[in-house]
Amino acid sequence: MKPRFLKVMITSAVLGFGATGAMAAECVAPANPGGGWDFTCRQIGKIMFDIGAVDKPVQVTNMAGGGGGLAFNHVVAERNEDADLIVAASTATSTRLAQNAYAGMTADQVRFVGAIGIDPGVIVVAADSPHKNLADLLNAVVADPKSVTFAGGSAVGGFDHMKPLMLLQRAGLTDITKVKYIGLDGGGDAITQTIGGFTQAMTGDMSEIVGFLKAGDIRVLAVLTDERVAGFEDIPTAVEQGFDVVAGNWRGLYIPRGVSDETFDMWAGRLQKVADSDEWKEAMAANGLAPFTKVGDEFQGYIDNLIVEIRQMSKDIGVIQ
Amino acid sequence: MEIIDNLALGFSIALSPYTLILAVVGCFLGTIIGALPGLGPSNGVAILIPITFTLGLDATSALVLMTSVYYGAMYGGRISSILLNIPGDEPALMTTLDGYPMAKAGRSGDALVLSGVASFVGALLATVGLMLLAPMLARVAYLFGPAEYFALYLLAFCTLGGMASNNQAKAALASCIGLGIAMVGIDSASGMPRLTGGNLHLYDGIDFLVAIVGLFAIAEVFFFIESHGKNSSIGVKLGKVTIPWKDIFDTKWTMLRASGVGFIAGILPGAGASLGSFMAYMSEKAIAGEKGGFGTGVAKGIAAPEAGNNAAAGGALVPMLTLGVPGSGTTAVLLALLMTLNITPGPTLFTDRPEVVWGLIASLLIANFVLLLMNVPMVKIFVRVLMVPPWVLLPGVTMVSFVGIYSLSGSYFDLLLMVGFGVLGYVLRKLDIPTVPVILGILLGGNMEDALRRAMVISDGEWTYLYSSPIAIGLWIAAIVGFVAPMFLRSVLRKPQRITD
Repeated sequence: MKPRFLKVMITSAVLGFGATGAMAAECVAPANPGGGWDFTCRQIGKIMFDIGAVDKPVQVTNMAGGGGGLAFNHVVAERNEDADLIVAASTATSTRLAQNAYAGMTADQVRFVGAIGIDPGVIVVAADSPHKNLADLLNAVVADPKSVTFAGGSAVGGFDHMKPLMLLQRAGLTDITKVKYIGLDGGGDAITQTIGGFTQAMTGDMSEIVGFLKAGDIRVLAVLTDERVAGFEDIPTAVEQGFDVVAGNWRGLYIPRGVSDETFDMWAGRLQKVADSDEWKEAMAANGLAPFTKVGDEFQGYIDNLIVEIRQMSKDIGVIQ
Repeated sequence: MEIIDNLALGFSIALSPYTLILAVVGCFLGTIIGALPGLGPSNGVAILIPITFTLGLDATSALVLMTSVYYGAMYGGRISSILLNIPGDEPALMTTLDGYPMAKAGRSGDALVLSGVASFVGALLATVGLMLLAPMLARVAYLFGPAEYFALYLLAFCTLGGMASNNQAKAALASCIGLGIAMVGIDSASGMPRLTGGNLHLYDGIDFLVAIVGLFAIAEVFFFIESHGKNSSIGVKLGKVTIPWKDIFDTKWTMLRASGVGFIAGILPGAGASLGSFMAYMSEKAIAGEKGGFGTGVAKGIAAPEAGNNAAAGGALVPMLTLGVPGSGTTAVLLALLMTLNITPGPTLFTDRPEVVWGLIASLLIANFVLLLMNVPMVKIFVRVLMVPPWVLLPGVTMVSFVGIYSLSGSYFDLLLMVGFGVLGYVLRKLDIPTVPVILGILLGGNMEDALRRAMVISDGEWTYLYSSPIAIGLWIAAIVGFVAPMFLRSVLRKPQRITD
């Protein structure tokens, strides 16, 4: 990193102050090539250039380590005023910030500029389950928390665990420590356990269940989006069933804290252009993402609320102090 | 027919020149490894695993190479059994009983050809069985919850432990050492480090490949140093090799029966090829009765164990691919390879990664024909290999181990750890404690703990949940029988302590 960093410094010094608009932007993917963050950088970067939102190709840098913590620290400590820097983020970023997993750094040390796609959260039961809709399931848990075990693909305290807890709080459950959750190695295992009847419900992402949905072994009680998802129109949202939870693995960006409001609005505008492009719609369809466009201040507000909620729940279930 | 479509997909992958070359190389190396006394399928595969990382092979290629080695070693084991009266690997032990007497009677060529054909029949039938049975068994995974998985892991420990040693206490001790090593690292449920002694290298736990290469390959080198590398020598001359059509024809039913028995023994978690060849030989001996002359160099006595152990090798792949529970020591090593390659065995493997499964099955079918060619017309080459002096062979093993493990992690701490495991393996074998249960413990310990913890969450800490379903009860009974029964069979089941599969 050092040499490239120096180069950027020198180049900006040479070009002077007014020339930032002509510089190539850099997108940092806080993971190795191939993962979700890498996808975000490469797709968004490519589309921004293709549709003319930026005038030079966006350069992608992979900076893996600490579950995104290394890149976060790099941005906060060394690039705080870099107007040409964007960083890929997802639900994992906000969950880890909420649970203090980035060594004490907090979400207000950067600015969340927007999300333009989501792998929607889903709540699934086996096809032969007695729970016909989301209210059935949630009321059963509220009445007797021991009667239902949730299975998910993330560890205890991970985002798959949080989704049913958010729903249950809306349904009136006060003591969420009573909710039984087991974390398995991926959503596929979690569904297998649910179809087998060992757990009563599965919490995961849309992309994890598509194969099982075709086989007819499962029933999706709710998808956690604002609107029903294209291609899966018969799956009701939690919102329309009266439980106001919108959660999923969103794909988006943050930028350094120290940039001007104009820069923030500029990136928000560019991201909006990507969201509206046909290229991005194709990329989403190919990767099982649903539209989820929140840019600018609206997204910052969404993130702030999400972090507050996850932090409180993590404390309640004892994942953090 | 779905199977035809799947096979077509498999052959389209397996018949690519690169994959084909890997299969041929694997067969060749495997036969050599099997033929050399001391090196068996499980340590052979363990030694070669690092090579797949050095070569940067993708999942399918790595799996094809390693299973070809596995099948090849099962073929090769018979060569030194017949010519030296030393089993090249443990499953080939039963082949010495009739193979060596036949060779001494001047029919060594006949014995090698006959056993090669029997190996072919056993392996071919088992591969077909794998093809038909594995997709069906994949549905079975829906019947397995945390309690059933816990019992299944226990069964693997009990049957492998029961077979792997003449002393159950030592097998149990070895399993516990393995489970203890598996506990090192960060506890996934609480995020707290366990047994790391503050050493950051141990936070991610101990890589099972480091343990496997140390326990098998490095320990082997220590034994070589101790014995000062005495040369091996051929006990019986190999004459002109002709095909004994009459013997092959006479033993056709023996081969079929032995293949069936071996395949079933292979599917049982943990039992493996040794049990397969033992049961095949004993059942054929019982069918033939006193007049059969088993033990004096009869054709059926050679065909039965060879068909049996090769069929068991195929059978052992079934539980490994469908449930992620190895059916033998070697499949435990293969499972480690799969997990390192980020492939999760289980019911979804057949739908998510059909190219891996069917490419593997097609490669096994091809490898089998390659092996028949290598082991019948070209058997003389491998007899030559038996004369390679250990002082050439074992430094090569050492080099491959060090380079391989370093290329895996780039950490010199892992090399120290590997040597440490080599010392552990040497000490354990000196004390007559089997090393396979240690590997099994390291490999399955984490999963077994997770299964137990999940079961406890679901049942609110009620431990009777662990045997609350018919499947779980059946597995518990099988586990107890598998552990206890060998004590009573000991008088029939005499064998050396060295276990390689």
